[in-house]
Formats: sequence, structure tokens, C-alpha cells
Amino acid sequence: MVSDLLKLQHIHKVFNEGTIDEKIALQEINLQLKPGDFVTVIGSNGAGKSTLMNIISGVLMPDYGQVAIDGKNVTHLPEFQRSKFIGRVFQDPMAGTAPTMTIEENLAIAYSRNKRRTLGRGVTKKRKEMFRQYLETLHLGLENRLNAKVGLLSGGERQALSLLMATFTEPKILLLDEHTAALDPARAELITNLTKEIVERTQLTTLMVTHNMQQALELGNRLIMMDKGQIILDIDEKEKKNLTIESLLEQFQKIRGEQMASDRAILG
Amino acid sequence: MSTALFGSLQFGILYALMALGVYLSFRILDFPDLTVDGSFVTGGAVAATMIVSGVHPIYATCSAILAGFIAGCVTGILHTKGKINPLLSGILMMIALYSINLRIMGRANVPLLNEETMFTKLGSFWENSAAASILSVDWAILLTMALITLAVKFLVDAFLKTEIGLAIRATGDNKRMIRSLSANTDWLIILGLGLSNALVALSGAFVAQYSGFTDISMGIGMIVIGLASVIIGEALFGTKTIVRTTFAVIGGAIIYRIVVAFALRVDFLETGDMKLITAVIVIFALVAPKVIESFKEKRRRKQRHARHMAANQKDGERLA
Repeated sequence: MVSDLLKLQHIHKVFNEGTIDEKIALQEINLQLKPGDFVTVIGSNGAGKSTLMNIISGVLMPDYGQVAIDGKNVTHLPEFQRSKFIGRVFQDPMAGTAPTMTIEENLAIAYSRNKRRTLGRGVTKKRKEMFRQYLETLHLGLENRLNAKVGLLSGGERQALSLLMATFTEPKILLLDEHTAALDPARAELITNLTKEIVERTQLTTLMVTHNMQQALELGNRLIMMDKGQIILDIDEKEKKNLTIESLLEQFQKIRGEQMASDRAILG
Repeated sequence: MSTALFGSLQFGILYALMALGVYLSFRILDFPDLTVDGSFVTGGAVAATMIVSGVHPIYATCSAILAGFIAGCVTGILHTKGKINPLLSGILMMIALYSINLRIMGRANVPLLNEETMFTKLGSFWENSAAASILSVDWAILLTMALITLAVKFLVDAFLKTEIGLAIRATGDNKRMIRSLSANTDWLIILGLGLSNALVALSGAFVAQYSGFTDISMGIGMIVIGLASVIIGEALFGTKTIVRTTFAVIGGAIIYRIVVAFALRVDFLETGDMKLITAVIVIFALVAPKVIESFKEKRRRKQRHARHMAANQKDGERLA
């Protein structure tokens, strides 16, 4: 029995508690990821997907519940310490890179993620060569533009670089928060393929939020659906293979319908 | 005139260190740090008071650097740990430093006229050396200061390329990204502001020793002078790389002094108008590039329009 790499227990999160704007963002979330799991997360707006990501990465603290990574309780570890072993790619291509710095400088910053930052040079000759090799795996020709400022790259290129920066130090967990949503279809496909390639190669335990049902079905070995702050559907590898968008929507309606019926029973 | 130019060059080089400090906070950290008005005096106050009490000028100058570093760190702590807005943290620290500086000096003005400063020491060393006949003492001091400023510039350049330096730059550029890459932005901001104010205090210590006194009001408007130097330098010399930008900042500090020297030669302007002149220079440096850009854009559009019309006319002739 392999131990869980990521374990969320009884996570609750409420925003604006006690005010008229109170919103229950997450309730009773229990989620366990085994090493090498690639889980896609779908759900409508406000379902709690981004809150879930923020709780795992430490941007938000849960009101209740526990987050454990690789058997270690990290519930109260601040974001910057947790990010030693969590790689993240955001939806906004501008968010994952420093625009006024060069490609090699950005990579150097990412490279020292899990090390102590020192007064040693950030970009050494040896590292440069290594960065070049990593960049080659993106097939975008960025390996010839090490000294280009990242602000000059296109959205797709920046997102590919973000993906590389999030993964090449091999963190324990990779969090992808709708990282293809802001790109045009061609670029989105490129990033999707890169994601697939990188996760397959590195066997990173991955959690990917997406609005794209097709993408959610194509990628990963497990799928969870969220609604109103809860995980309402958890589909394993075997089941996922035969899943179609239609059957997924059908199941969603069925679960929601039942719940609505029970709500009505209570209210009635 | 040449003495005025020489004077501007000397003060420009001394103030360039302060401008480099402002560049660190304002551009690298993207933190408009008003502590500068206070920490500049702190540098002068610490150096002057220690020199008067008999400490070697070099140790006094080093202590000034340390005092400035601490002042900057406190501003950083106010902002990061106290969650106070950047501008307000700087203003609070600036006000607090006013009283602290008075405490350090014990009065509003400490003269250094008969004291041994770094410059008098350098001067007497030079006069006794064999090279005295080749180069006058004034020039020797100027060159030494230029070398020191350049050395500091290269140190800053090198620091900004270290792993910590890269993280500080990223903190000013994209906080969310650098936090997701496991950097403690609070600590980096505190360190960055500390280093920035250390440079400012160093500049204050030099200016005090060079002009022979420290005055409690010598820091008023220092942040604006620093900004003027940064903005003028960047506009004139470009910002393509860090190495180039720090050069530009030094150049900007010198040019600012020259502009002020020229402005003061205009008959109806007085010494008291200096702050007004500074403000006008900064406003001009901020507005002019935008005006020039929009003017260029208009001209481009006109040319495109003209070309378009010409092409249409040709088409028309061909058809006819």
C-alpha cells in the first residue's frame, strides 16, 4: 500500500463569515492523491475549485481541516515554504513569470526553489547549459533566446515557460489552475500536450482545474467534479476511460437533481 | 563656469550613491521609499558626530552605512509585518528619523571644519605623494570618489545577479510568482530596503564630510533628487540591462547637478528656488517622454495616411 502524497481531511472554508455576504466556499472536502496520480477537476464557476487550489498551496488557510503532503502536516505552513514542494501554473500567463527579467534569470529563480538562495551567481555557465536543455524539450526555440526578456514572449510561450519553471525541479505536487484557459485554441492545445508530456515523463502528482470537459477527459487517470464547495463526483481510472461528455453531464444532472429534490423536501 | 561644472561633477558623483539607493527601492523593488529624506541625514549625522568625537573617518563612514541599513530595514518591517502601505511606512520612518537624527547630533548642525575627514586625509596623503605635481588635490579627490562610486555600482550589479538579488528583482516584478517559487517576499523587501538606505546613508556621510557639516534639514527633498537622477538617467542612457541602467542612474545624478547649476545662473532664480527647480525637472522628465511618444505616433499616422492616399491615387490613375 503506497501512502497518500496529498491528503485533505475535512476541509472547510467560509468567506465573510457572519456577514450578509457569507459564502461557504468549501465544505467537508476529503481528497487523497497517490503518488503519480493525475487528477482533473471540473465544476462550474464558484464551485470552489480555485479555493481548493489556494488551500493546498497555502495562499488560504482552511477554517477547519488538515492538509498533509507526503505524510507531513502542512496546514499551517506559509505559502512560500510550501512552494518548495508544490509547483504551480496560473491561468494568467502574466502571473507565472517575471516580465522584466530574462528567460535564464526566470529559470534561475525557479531553479533555486528548493534550495537556500545564496550570494552565488544565479546564472552560471553550467546552469545555462542545463536551462538550454530543458528549454529544448518545449520545442519552441526558446533555448536560443536565453537573454530575451520574458515580457517580450507571447502568452503561449510564457505559459510554456511557466510550466517548465513549475516542474523542472521536480516538486512533489503540480497544481494547474486553468492554465490553458487564457490561450487561443492552438496555443491551448500546445500547452495541453506539453503538460501531458511533462507529467508522463516526470510522474508528478498533479491536480489540474479545467473548464474544458474534453481536456478533463483526455488527461489524467482520475476525475473529480465539484459543485457548491463539495466534491460530488469522483471517477477512477477504469471508469474514466469509458466516460463521455454526455454521460458526465448526465451524472451531474442526476446528482444535482437528487440534491434539489431533497432540498425541496426539507424546505417543504 | 568651469568651477561650477567641476562642483556639479563632484556633487553629482557623491549624490549618485544616493540615486543608486533610490534606484534599488523605486525601480528594483517597485517601492516608493520616502525613508531616504531621513536616512540621508542619518548617514551624515552618524559620520559627523563620530568624526567629531575622534573616530577614524573610515569607521565613522562604515557606521553611517550600518545606520542607514537599519533604518531601511525598519521601514521594510513596518510595511511587511505591520501591513502599512509603502508610502506611509516611508513617511513614518522619515518623520521618526528626524527626531532620531537630532538625538544623534545633539543639535541641528554639526560642523566638521577643523576635523579630519576622509577628504582631508585623502588630500594630505595626495599632497605628500610624488604624484601631487601631476594632478591637483581637487582632481585626485574627484577621481577617488568616481572610483568608489563605480566600485559600488559594480557591487550593486553583481549583487542583483546573485540568487538573492534575482529573487529581490522578481519580488519587485511579480510577487505572486516569486512566492510560488518559494521565496519569502517579506524578508526580501526588508533586505532590499536596508541595502537601498545603506547606500543613501553612505552618500549622506560623504556629502557631510565633503561640505564640512551635517545639517538636520539637508535631507529635505532628497527622494525627489534621487528620482530625478533615476528618471533623467534612464531617459537619456537607456535601461536595456541592469549594468547599463546603473550607469544611467550615475549619469543622471551628474546631469541633474549640472542642470541645477545652470538653472541657478539664471538671474531671477535664487538658491532657495532649488527645490522648485528639482520638482520642475522631475515633472519635465516624467511628462516629456510621453509627449514625444504621442507626437511621434501622430507623425507616423500622418505618414501612413499620406502613403495610403498616394497608393490610392496611383491605383486610380491606372484604372483611368
